[in-house]
Amino acid sequence: MEPKLQSLSLDLYYGRFHALKSVSIAIKPRQITAIIGPSGCGKSTLLRSFNRMNDLITTVRIEGQILLDGEDIQQPGADLARLRKRVGMVFQRPNPFPLSIFDNITYGPRVHGKSKRSELDAIVEKSLQATLLWDELKDRLHASALDLSTEQQQRLCISRLAAVEPEVLLMDEPCSALDPIATGHIEELMRALAEQYTIVIVTHNMQQAARVSRETGFMLLGELIEFGHTEKIFTTPSDQRTEDYVTGRYG
Amino acid sequence: MAVNPPIIQSSLFWKENPVDRQRLFDKELSDLKKKLLHMATVAETMIDQTITELVNRDERLAEPVPRLEDELNRLQIEIDEHVLTLLATQQPVAVDLRLILAAAKMNSDLERIGDLAVNITENAHVLAQQPELKPLIDIPRMADLARQMVRGSIEAFVKGDVLLAQSVILSDDRVDELKDQIFRELLTYMMADPRTIERALALILIARHIERIADHATNIAEDVIYLIQGRDVRHPRTPKERPPESER
Repeated sequence: MEPKLQSLSLDLYYGRFHALKSVSIAIKPRQITAIIGPSGCGKSTLLRSFNRMNDLITTVRIEGQILLDGEDIQQPGADLARLRKRVGMVFQRPNPFPLSIFDNITYGPRVHGKSKRSELDAIVEKSLQATLLWDELKDRLHASALDLSTEQQQRLCISRLAAVEPEVLLMDEPCSALDPIATGHIEELMRALAEQYTIVIVTHNMQQAARVSRETGFMLLGELIEFGHTEKIFTTPSDQRTEDYVTGRYG
Repeated sequence: MAVNPPIIQSSLFWKENPVDRQRLFDKELSDLKKKLLHMATVAETMIDQTITELVNRDERLAEPVPRLEDELNRLQIEIDEHVLTLLATQQPVAVDLRLILAAAKMNSDLERIGDLAVNITENAHVLAQQPELKPLIDIPRMADLARQMVRGSIEAFVKGDVLLAQSVILSDDRVDELKDQIFRELLTYMMADPRTIERALALILIARHIERIADHATNIAEDVIYLIQGRDVRHPRTPKERPPESER
């Protein structure tokens, strides 16, 4: 099976700080892959590499390759807007635009050239259906997105991504700001979305990684220490450091 | 199908203060280990006393056995409750999870060993009340081997010793051979003289109970290997999956 996303010997420096050390990882399509590790291990940095969000940091230097469907996304002249359409990101704190629900969702499609009202209506409905928000919100699409609950806002952010028909969803601690019940709802949503999208989730919540992911990678101090089937990582990990971490013996 | 190579030896488990932090959880796991050790000691004592009764043909020697059985049963319940609580409250993973599951299984085997010792006592009573059929040589030998297997499997657990656990598993064959030998010999007695049947049958049953004790010790050893290496060595499907020659 060809990996959907891959890094090959990826080294990343923030100035002199060596944040990612020769990381090679292969993310399979249409499943949830989790990346776990203590604070500062580089998991968010790795995640951001997959849609070149690190480009926004001026001191960043990258060596090695990052491939989407086998093609290097760092080639000179690569279309960044198209990359970020194909590979969308969800953050820890939901970040809805200070616009209506409708405008939040249609923002992306309009950037990509869609303008017909009927088309936009259809996109809004489909995107909100995808995150099970349609029934709740269909009668107040012009209300402000900022009036929604945190969980709804996070779903809205995912809808916003769905509107531009991505292939990959990168989620950086998507449930950190949510209570356990909302977290459970988002996890259910992730499972449903994984039928269509490739999902990579960074989380410091190990139980969440164990619950939702098919494969898990453990990172420590910039290195990918171990990668494998989630049930193996959590029952019989191969590396002592992985075991120290998942059992809570490491800091 | 190749046997998977052993995964990491979870040496952490056998250190009291592994890596940086002593977790409160570690104390709980340590308590669990101690209870299992205690349970094993009780089970071994029961085997000891029941065989001593048999060899000396003296029922009084087995008087402590019922009280010990009560203690064993109490420990089994305590350990099961502890296991349940730890699973519910700690969400253990990896070696911690394997330890807790191993404890639940070992606990069950140890309790059965106690039951079998009680069964031996009952047959020994029957024999003590009748003239001795024959001097007992193989049965005490078999019992000694079974007892060593129980001790060995628990020591393997305490020390994290995979080789010891494997040698316990391999000893089971010798116990089975002794049992077959005893059966054959007693069969000849029974065929020669029907008046020996009751006593011979009692001895056969005792041999059977001892064989079952050895089986339970083997189960414990298999659980220990799983705990240490994450390798499930039960029920190898083909001869190829048995421990390779180099490990014998």
